[in-house]
Amino acid sequence: MGFSMVDYGNMAMLIILAASALTVYFIRDLLHAVIVYGVFSLIMAVIWLQMNSPDLAITEAAAGVATTVLMMLVIFRTSRREE
Amino acid sequence: MRDIIFKRIITLILPFIQVYGFYVIFHGQISPGGSFAGGIIVALGIIAYATAFGAEEGRAVLPEKVTTWAESYGTLWYALLGMVGIVKGGPFLANRLAGIDLGVPGTLSSGGLIALLGIGVGIRVASTMVTLFFTMLEEEV
Repeated sequence: MGFSMVDYGNMAMLIILAASALTVYFIRDLLHAVIVYGVFSLIMAVIWLQMNSPDLAITEAAAGVATTVLMMLVIFRTSRREE
Repeated sequence: MRDIIFKRIITLILPFIQVYGFYVIFHGQISPGGSFAGGIIVALGIIAYATAFGAEEGRAVLPEKVTTWAESYGTLWYALLGMVGIVKGGPFLANRLAGIDLGVPGTLSSGGLIALLGIGVGIRVASTMVTLFFTMLEEEV
């Protein structure tokens, strides 16, 4: 099994991606969910870059920041943090 | 949220955010990025400004009339440029089939109509994101 360091890095990123996606689904506090979604967005952008798609990496980074800001804004507007 | 450090830093980095966003929009046909990502970056600059200085000052930078205008005419611009292909006898959004000289590949002017399309899409995406932000900020809950 000849895995290089890049392969191990990709595996680690995919595991973190799946873990953060499941965490967003199961977590109770909405603010914590938005923070974990930021982690998901960052890891997804790096994975797009690893798959030779810098186009989607830029879009994912920008859209991830924008949606995170909007969701956090809605949470603080409603001040209702439990779903 | 309204302290002096936040305001000064936003004021310092806002021009760089905007220039980078317009760079990504205008170079969408030859480099990674494109009008969608660039439009979101431009909108994020204005969202950061509105977060630092308050909703009223942010609205003063980009009034509702301007965002409505930009959304409508950005879409209309896209449709009109698509009609160029039909007028010239090709399919919708035709570029080379419409007889447009594409120039040397890899240079900035080699996209034909795509560069002009990107400007419309970028303006439209930016104004949509800003409208979404202000709608969520000002709406009564």
